[in-house]
Order: sequence, then structure tokens, then C-alpha cells
Amino acid sequence: MTKRFRLLLRYLVLLLLAIIILGPFILGFWASLLPTADIAKGALWSTHVSLANYVAAVQQTAILRYLMNSLIISTVTMLAQLFFCSLGAYAFVFLSFKGRNTWFYLILATMMLPFEAEVIPNFMTVRHLNLLNHYAVMVIPFLTSAFGIFMLRQAFRQIPLELKEAADVEGLSHWQFYWRVTLPYARISLFTLAAYSFLESWNQYLWPMLTTFSDKFRPVQDGLRQLQSQETFNNWGMIQASAVIVVVPTLLVLFIGQHYFKNGLNEGATK
Amino acid sequence: MSLQVTTAEKSAGAPQLNQRSFNLHRHDKWVALAFLGPSLIILGVFVFYPMLRTLYLSLFLTNNVGRPTVFVGLKNYTSLLMSSAYRASLQATAVYVVGVVGLTLVLGLLLAQMAVRKLAGIQWIRTIFSATMGVSVSVAAIFWLFIFSPTVGLFDQIGALLHLPVVQWLTTPGPAMIAVVISTVWMNLGFTFLILFGALQMVPRSLYETAAIEGATATYQFIHVTIPMISPTLFFTSTVTLIGAFKSFGLIDLMTAGGPNNATNLMVYQVYRDAFLNGNYGLASAESVILAVVIALLTLLQFKFLEKRVTY
Repeated sequence: MTKRFRLLLRYLVLLLLAIIILGPFILGFWASLLPTADIAKGALWSTHVSLANYVAAVQQTAILRYLMNSLIISTVTMLAQLFFCSLGAYAFVFLSFKGRNTWFYLILATMMLPFEAEVIPNFMTVRHLNLLNHYAVMVIPFLTSAFGIFMLRQAFRQIPLELKEAADVEGLSHWQFYWRVTLPYARISLFTLAAYSFLESWNQYLWPMLTTFSDKFRPVQDGLRQLQSQETFNNWGMIQASAVIVVVPTLLVLFIGQHYFKNGLNEGATK
Repeated sequence: MSLQVTTAEKSAGAPQLNQRSFNLHRHDKWVALAFLGPSLIILGVFVFYPMLRTLYLSLFLTNNVGRPTVFVGLKNYTSLLMSSAYRASLQATAVYVVGVVGLTLVLGLLLAQMAVRKLAGIQWIRTIFSATMGVSVSVAAIFWLFIFSPTVGLFDQIGALLHLPVVQWLTTPGPAMIAVVISTVWMNLGFTFLILFGALQMVPRSLYETAAIEGATATYQFIHVTIPMISPTLFFTSTVTLIGAFKSFGLIDLMTAGGPNNATNLMVYQVYRDAFLNGNYGLASAESVILAVVIALLTLLQFKFLEKRVTY
């Protein structure tokens, strides 16, 4: 085999793999442009291409409302986790109190418990607290996270001892040191936690499905489920259009953010 | 899938006591309470309490709103282990998990290995390979529902060209399992690719050069250089994928709803059914406990491994 032939072969394999990965996106996107009648006949080579399905999805379904709900829920969850996890992590690094290590291990232990195995009592709790079918039910259980506390604690421990000593000499309170020194110092870890908690919230499926019953509060994953189950006669075109509407923003963020994100991760790794 | 891994793996580490000693204030108790209080309350109410409550409920018969009525001890557990339906659910979970983890690792490694060599335009390929990271579970399910739909879907259209019989992918037990495994693997690939690609990039070039001088073939190099060098990451990726697979719910719910004939009725789906569709909260709690034990053990394994890595 010549070198050139090998290179060509390599490109062919890469191209094939890329097509396989992109296949579901391409098919979904293509179907979203076709009339459902053509799809139902299996006429995927139809030339009746239009944006009608998108217009229908936006006008006839609550897809934009679902997106907005998810945006609200995920943003609030993310901000809350940044705040409460960093406060908790600060306590474990810079404060002395009785049983500090015991508390830390207890929190660490919760990382082993899957939320999926706890939905029964949690459902009863939120029903008891009258939180069902509201944004609050999808935010309150996730205001903090053991993983976030754990991760930020590791980041805060990198802060030089001298900084804290200098701050003590200056007479800075804990809150001032937390706000002015700790947070800026650990911004890369905070950024990572922000991305992680936002995505985690955005991808929630089971919990919102159990706790929301109206389009007013339903987040986008369960919104798509709703559309899928309502369209009894398989309105493929509109369903695919809805899925595309949902996936395009995240793909864009991924592509644009990838560069920055990779740098952030690398920087975090070399610390 | 989560980013948890990257960060936990790279910046963090394992349970390890804070050994640094500060010139700490004596009266931090109230500050600590204020700083840590909110987190402790939330974790207490939504993580600690529900675990104990689930354990408790699993020992009872319950009424239709989930209040315990009759103490039955371990009867819920024994009846689960005797039940052929539950054993079928465990079996389906095992098949699904093995399929998902195996295929995700093999394909992720293939993608990473193919993309690691510097070529013109490779940046585009790498971006495409990581693209499914931006896909949420509902979107993945809807794309694949279309691909697997009978007659109009891609697979049946190809089948028709080859004069193969129409396969009712999602309404025949075997094919339905294959369909949900393929869809899950696709969804996992972007993330797995990124992690494994990162690991492959870290392998020193000189190792391959030495091996090449000694006349090692590409296959030999892959097995004896690449695999050992990235084995920590491989192990890590497999535990993450494994835990994720045990927790699968959304894709199953959208694509098969546990069917056909319970063929894709995975552990979490069984919990959902027994609790929220059948109102059998005691039994569902026992199922939750079993699920929690499995996942806790896997997470412990992961912690142990991270701990080791940090001390390298």
C-alpha cells in the first residue's frame, strides 16, 4: 500500500464514521422539512421541502414555552448551586467547627445515592409541601449538590495559605474573603460547575415528569414527551421539527463553547 | 451523561482529609452554620431522609398514597426475588448495561483512535465526533424513534431495498432491546469520545516511535502501548457509563415504555411502574433499595480508583 492510498483510506473511514454520527441529526432535520403525508408514505426523497413544520410547531404546540421553562429552571438551579456549593466548600476549607470531617464525609457519601432510587419519598415530600406543578419543584431539591461542594472544596484548597493570613491581618471577614478572593480565584472551577449543573438540570426527565402537569411549567424534555404522546397519528414532520428546535441551541453552545471549555478544563487539570 | 467525570477526575480526587491547618478563628461555629446550613438542609431533606424513608417503606405494605400500613419485614424483597417479572427486569437491565457499556467503549475508542492523528481538517471531524454531547435524552429518542419506525424508518427502507421483511423494531422484544441500546450508545458517544481522545493525546509519542523501531505492528502497538497507557481513563469511562446505564429512564420511556412484553423494562422503569402506575410503594421501595445498592457499589469502586490516581 502506498502512503497516499493509506491516507485516502483513512479519510474515507473518518468520513464514514462522521456520517454515522451525524446520521440521526441529518435524518431528523431532513424529515422536519418534509410534509408528514410524504413521510408516512415513506417518500423520503420528496422535494416538497418547506419550513411549514416549524411554523406549525411554534404555532400549534407549546415548544417555545417549554424552552423558556427549561431556561428559567436551569439558570436558577445553576446560580443556586454556584452560590450554595461554594459557601459549603468554603466552610470545609476555611472554617473550623466541630465535626468538620464527619460532615464532609456525610456529604461525600450522598454522592453514591442515585436520585432515581429516592423519587418515592421525594415525591411525597414535595406533594406534602404543596410544590407540585411549579418551577419550585424542579429547583428546590437541586439548590445544592454534593458533587459541587466536593469539587469546589478541592479547588479552594489550592488557594495559598498566605492569602488567607494576609486577609486575616487586614481584618477581612469570612464573607469578604469568600466574595473577593475565593470566588475569583476559583473561577475556572466555578465555570465548570456552572456548565455541569446547567446541563444536568436541562436534561432532567423523570423528576419533572412526575411533578409537573401543565405546559405552563413543563420543561423541554417532558414537553417533547408530551408532543410525542399527543401526536397519535404520528405527525413525524412536526415532531422532528420540535426536536431540531430543541437541539440547535445546545449544539451551537457546544460548538462555540468547546474551545473555551477545553481550555478551562486543561487549566483546571494543570493546577 | 455528565461532565462530572472530567472535573472529578482532573481537578479533584478522592475522599481525602484536609490536612492543612489554618490559623483558624475560634468562633467559626455560627459562620459555619450560616455557610453550610442551606446545603445541609437541602441534602438532608432530599437525599438523606428519602434514603432512610425508602429503606423503611421497603419493609411495609403501603396504601395507595404511599403510607405504610402493615409491617412485612423482608417480604417485599423475597417476593421480588421470587417474581419472574422482576428477575426478567434484572436480566433486561444486565443485557442493556453490558451492551451499552461494551459498545460505547469500543466505538468511543475507535473514534478517538481515528481522530488522534493530525490530518488536514481533523478539527472538523473531532467536533462532529463530540456532537452528541449536545443532545438531550428526548431529542435522541425522537430522532431514533423515526429511524426505527416501521416501513418509513431508515432501517426498514434499507431493508426494503434488499427485499428483507419489515422489522417491527420497537414492538418486537429482541429488536426493541437492540434499538434502545443503539440509541443510548449514540447518545453516549460524544462524551466518551472526548474523554478517551484526551487520554490518547497524553500518550507520549516517543513510546510509539520506540515500538516502531523495534518493528511492532500497529495492532501490537495498540494492544501493548495504547491500551495500558490509557487504562485508567478506560476504567473510569466504563464506570461512568455503567452507572449511567443503570439509571437509564428517559430513552426507555419515550421509545418503548418498557415494552414490548417487558423486554426493555429496566430497573428504574420498574420502580416507576410499581410506584407511580401501580401504587405499590412498598414493593417499589424495595426495588429502589436494590438499585441504590448496585449504584453505590459502583460509585465506591470509582472513588477507590480516583483515590489511587491522585496519589500517583
